Amino acid sequence: MSARKQKKQKPKVAFFDFTSCEGCQLNKLNFENELLDFLELVDIVEFREAMDDKADEYDIAFIEGSITTPTCVERIYDIRRRSKILVALGQCAVSGGINAMKNNFPLDQVQETVYGKDKYLFPSMPALPVRAFVKVDYEVRGCPMSPPEYLHVFKSLVLGRTPEIKDYAVCVECKLKENECVLEKGMFCLGPITRAGCDAICPSNGQYCTGCRGPVSNINKNGAIEMLKQHGFSVEEAIKRMNLFNTNEFEKELNWGKQ
Amino acid sequence: MSRDLSINVHHITRVEGHGNIVVDVKNGVLKRAYLNIVEPPRFFEAMLKGRNFHEAAIITSRICGICSLGHQMTSLKATEAALGLEVSEQTVILRKILVHGATFQSNVLHALFLAAPDFLNVGSVFPLVHTHKDVVQAALRLKHLANEIGALISGRAVHPISIVPGGFTKLPSEKDLTYLRDKLANEGMKDAMFAIDILATLADQIPEFYRETEYISLYNDKEYAFYDGLICSSDAGLFPVEEYESVTNEFIVAHSTSKHTKFNRSSYMVGALARFNNSYELLRPKAKEVAAKLGLQAPNYNPYMNTVAQMVEVVHCIEDSIELLDVLLQRGIKNEKPNQEPTRYGRGIAATEVPRGILFHDYTYNRKGQIEHANCIIPTGQNLANIDDDMRKLVPEIIHESKQEITKKLEMLVRAYDPCISCSVHMLDVQFEE
Repeated sequence: MSARKQKKQKPKVAFFDFTSCEGCQLNKLNFENELLDFLELVDIVEFREAMDDKADEYDIAFIEGSITTPTCVERIYDIRRRSKILVALGQCAVSGGINAMKNNFPLDQVQETVYGKDKYLFPSMPALPVRAFVKVDYEVRGCPMSPPEYLHVFKSLVLGRTPEIKDYAVCVECKLKENECVLEKGMFCLGPITRAGCDAICPSNGQYCTGCRGPVSNINKNGAIEMLKQHGFSVEEAIKRMNLFNTNEFEKELNWGKQ
Repeated sequence: MSRDLSINVHHITRVEGHGNIVVDVKNGVLKRAYLNIVEPPRFFEAMLKGRNFHEAAIITSRICGICSLGHQMTSLKATEAALGLEVSEQTVILRKILVHGATFQSNVLHALFLAAPDFLNVGSVFPLVHTHKDVVQAALRLKHLANEIGALISGRAVHPISIVPGGFTKLPSEKDLTYLRDKLANEGMKDAMFAIDILATLADQIPEFYRETEYISLYNDKEYAFYDGLICSSDAGLFPVEEYESVTNEFIVAHSTSKHTKFNRSSYMVGALARFNNSYELLRPKAKEVAAKLGLQAPNYNPYMNTVAQMVEVVHCIEDSIELLDVLLQRGIKNEKPNQEPTRYGRGIAATEVPRGILFHDYTYNRKGQIEHANCIIPTGQNLANIDDDMRKLVPEIIHESKQEITKKLEMLVRAYDPCISCSVHMLDVQFEE
């Protein structure tokens, strides 16, 4: 009896996928060493990609993907109504992510070129973040989300604590790893304005930062423009690169450097 | 038997992406049976337009987290073909190991975590943690090992980082490669064989259903083709990859946001069973032993056996990776920079065998090295017409069974194809006229 009671007290956790690559969902199954321990701490009550069960309410709902159809809107309202805590997982849910690139084109044109005369078979709308529709309590950024950061948020919420979310540039983490500066190597890099939390994984593997975690909350716009110019890169190039994962976030910033 | 039956499985579980199974029988006559694909489209080709050649793989990787390595690999090869970029033998060997890692990670995930619960009559892998803990742990270790291959060679298993057009931005150390080699040869092979022994005891849970179809995969006379080869049709023989459009013949149907394909029949099958049927002779010895143990012989016309073929490939990928790692370690890792000096700008077409079947990427670049036109054809999209044809043959054969049993067999059928619906919908042919 007491064992059953104890089981009832475990937080009910659910995972939902909207328009996305489901890579963040997959990353959750990639904690092979910790997965069985997770199951001791929580009851996973809904996870369509891995199980059949469905539940009515959730203590913590993790949302992956962006909102891109009228059906998505209905679903996210319904999930929010039944969730105590709602967490946006990965850049598609947080900002619209790479899906939002299509927002740069007229929607009608995109649909018509894909489906031709059948374009009204499948409703679509601009790709938007979860927070455009419902309250989001916490965000785990990145494309894909960073597994250690997810683990931190997950553990904090299960323990009833507030997770710490970093708000400084990737450059800080990159310097701590003692990487050679990507800009100094002659490559373009969004590290100076992109939010940390990934442990500078791309520069550490010889790549440039693609800005997949979105901007820090207080970008030093003039400083960033100046630095890019010093290294021979234009503002237009910067905007194009930032659009890759952040079309929605940078919409208001599109006048970059045009003052 | 004049029976009425209506089945609508909304958002079938334990598959990647969103699809519904729709079946209607009136007076014992089958009216409709199809897989309704409702995944929202994402319009990737639109996103590719105007992008630089080094961004193409970063973008297409995001079509699918599960198939991210396969998309990147195919994207890189298409870009290299379009820009005339040669890559070194070391690059090719490392890429082949990455493809093996991604294949066996995905095959293990599907066969042991998504499909196996059906054989044991449970709704997910989670109850098996208590009843079959040792198998679940072996499967988790295998998945972890496959992810380690991705992490150590390409920087990250989901959305790899260091593979770029022309080579690698960072090369793995010989220490890392030795570690992987030993782990594959010992723990990896042991866990795979253990999981297969358990699977062999469940073979009677696999439904008996046969429908011969056209099997399409890559074929390479030197090896069981994953990384490259010619297009092989079991009906019509070999074709160069550049002629893929005459093989895939995409068309739109109203019940699917993903386009369907057909070649010599009304549908064809791609994936592990198609590869197995077309290239059985080229499997490594242990993989052939495992096929015999699991009762799989080429050619096999039971689509449910796709899951079994996936486990045979797990063993093949482990064996072949060990051999490739031995070659690399014997030669030593040379510190090569990626070759990113285009020698031409034009059209490049590439195909790779990714876990769910043959994947095509086709890009045209302008003289600035930016994409003008892109087309990608995804394995799951190619299987959709075949799934519908299977359902239309299967339902009349099992119409005397209970609705619950019919539904289960239909769900198992769809799952056997290991559909990746996000993928299938996310790549659609877009051409923007300026």
